[in-house]
Amino acid sequence: MENLRPLTAYCLLNLLGLLVLVGCTIDSVETDNANLPHLYDDSKSLRVATTTSLYDTGLWDQIEHIFENQYKLDVEFITGGSGKAIQLGESGDTDMITIHDYSREQAFISNGYGNSREPFAYNYFLIIGPEEDPAMIRHMDAVSAFTKIIEKGKENPGSVRFASRGDESGTHSREMLLWEKAGQKYDDVRNSGRWYIEAGSGMGALLILSNDESAYTLTDIGTYLVYKDKLELVPLVSIGEDLLNIYSAIAVNSTRHPNVKTNLSEIFIEFLLSDETQRLIASFGIDEYGTSIFSPVAGLSDK
Amino acid sequence: MDLLLDSLSTALRLIITGDRDVLSITATTLFISIISITTSSMIFIPIGSYIYFHEFPGKSALITLIQTLYSLPTVFVGLMVFLVFSNEGPLGDTRILFSKAAIIIGHIILISPIITGLTISALKSVPAEIRDTAVSMGANRIQTILAMIREARYGISTAIILGFGRAISEIGLAIIVGGNIRYNTRTLTTAMSLETSNGNFELSMALGIILVSLSLGVNILVGLLRERY
Repeated sequence: MENLRPLTAYCLLNLLGLLVLVGCTIDSVETDNANLPHLYDDSKSLRVATTTSLYDTGLWDQIEHIFENQYKLDVEFITGGSGKAIQLGESGDTDMITIHDYSREQAFISNGYGNSREPFAYNYFLIIGPEEDPAMIRHMDAVSAFTKIIEKGKENPGSVRFASRGDESGTHSREMLLWEKAGQKYDDVRNSGRWYIEAGSGMGALLILSNDESAYTLTDIGTYLVYKDKLELVPLVSIGEDLLNIYSAIAVNSTRHPNVKTNLSEIFIEFLLSDETQRLIASFGIDEYGTSIFSPVAGLSDK
Repeated sequence: MDLLLDSLSTALRLIITGDRDVLSITATTLFISIISITTSSMIFIPIGSYIYFHEFPGKSALITLIQTLYSLPTVFVGLMVFLVFSNEGPLGDTRILFSKAAIIIGHIILISPIITGLTISALKSVPAEIRDTAVSMGANRIQTILAMIREARYGISTAIILGFGRAISEIGLAIIVGGNIRYNTRTLTTAMSLETSNGNFELSMALGIILVSLSLGVNILVGLLRERY
């Protein structure tokens, strides 16, 4: 009978595993939300695909906390570039998207995936670069600065370089728009020599890379402030309409995907636009970085 | 060196003070890896044994295929699971995308070839005499197979350790199908990636140290079990 022991043990193991599995399927979310007992109900949980620059500053964590306490709803953020966020909204895998890419937002709505675009915060992109500023763009407007960078970069790729996100993010979109405004075709720009570094990485990683390469780059101000202490690069161009960076929320339309919770996203958007939340957005970051990162949308003309 | 020492003390501080985020992340990671490895062991150790003990055409091709799948890219499996469980995918109605269950399913796919393949290798390495002795002592078929599996237990436990290691340390799949959601699907690796991109290198290293410590704990446990049995 000695040989039966492993068999018995195996059966017991199976039984145990089965129990664990059943427990896991009953509610896979249960383990960590133990102190939020009423939130397991899927109908009370709102899923938001957000651009990384909003999440990484810590803004969402703070807003989420207040919103969840006030409305007894559970908000889950999934971060990625604006491209990924749009994709998740189109497939109905999230109930709402928050991004900063005007033309893609327009396309999203005109294709029927969302009803309206609600701007809730804005700030400015920065063009940063080496202190010595080899392309001499300091205090120029953004479009002239880009024109200068490509001109000097082609002439002298050893000292004038530009690092690009290259990842279909909102920041990357803006960069492409700026090249276009500077009279360049983007495909020509990216193939015009080794002065142009196409990284395919997030903003934080790109800042470190640009710093190492002493390259110019376009960045959102939030990520720049987080990394400021690690960088020798300085802001060279920081104002102008071309650098205006507007963050919008769009509730995904439930006509295409009936299981999308448009009603919940509308509650969240209303909360974002409330005076109280707008005040929080205006003051966010002052404690940590000594300056605010976002401006509330009140007073922003329609753009 | 400073960063390393600082991260070590950060790791200790986070564990001792029971930081809520770190506890949740660690619990999620352990939960996911343990369920994945238990389930795949239950299913694929028997399948590996079945393949070893049966002769059929295409057996060696199958084994080659299984061994090739050891190097399945995590992002590839992640994308596959994502497309299947996306709202527009064939199993979208289950609504399990961006949950622990989705990560577990991905991990099972990822580590099943390792468990199956290494179970086969472990059984191959059992000396033929064991089989002959068992048969000559009058053991029936089932008893012979169990005796062989018992002899191969060292190799099979290696398979389990490797599978566990792959599950606990991978990131591509967890981030695609889990979504790195705070207090839900954030694991040690996805949190490390987030903190690294936020410039919190010290915290990221600390999380890495916790991950390696967990792995050490599991290995010590398996080592003790090996000595015992």
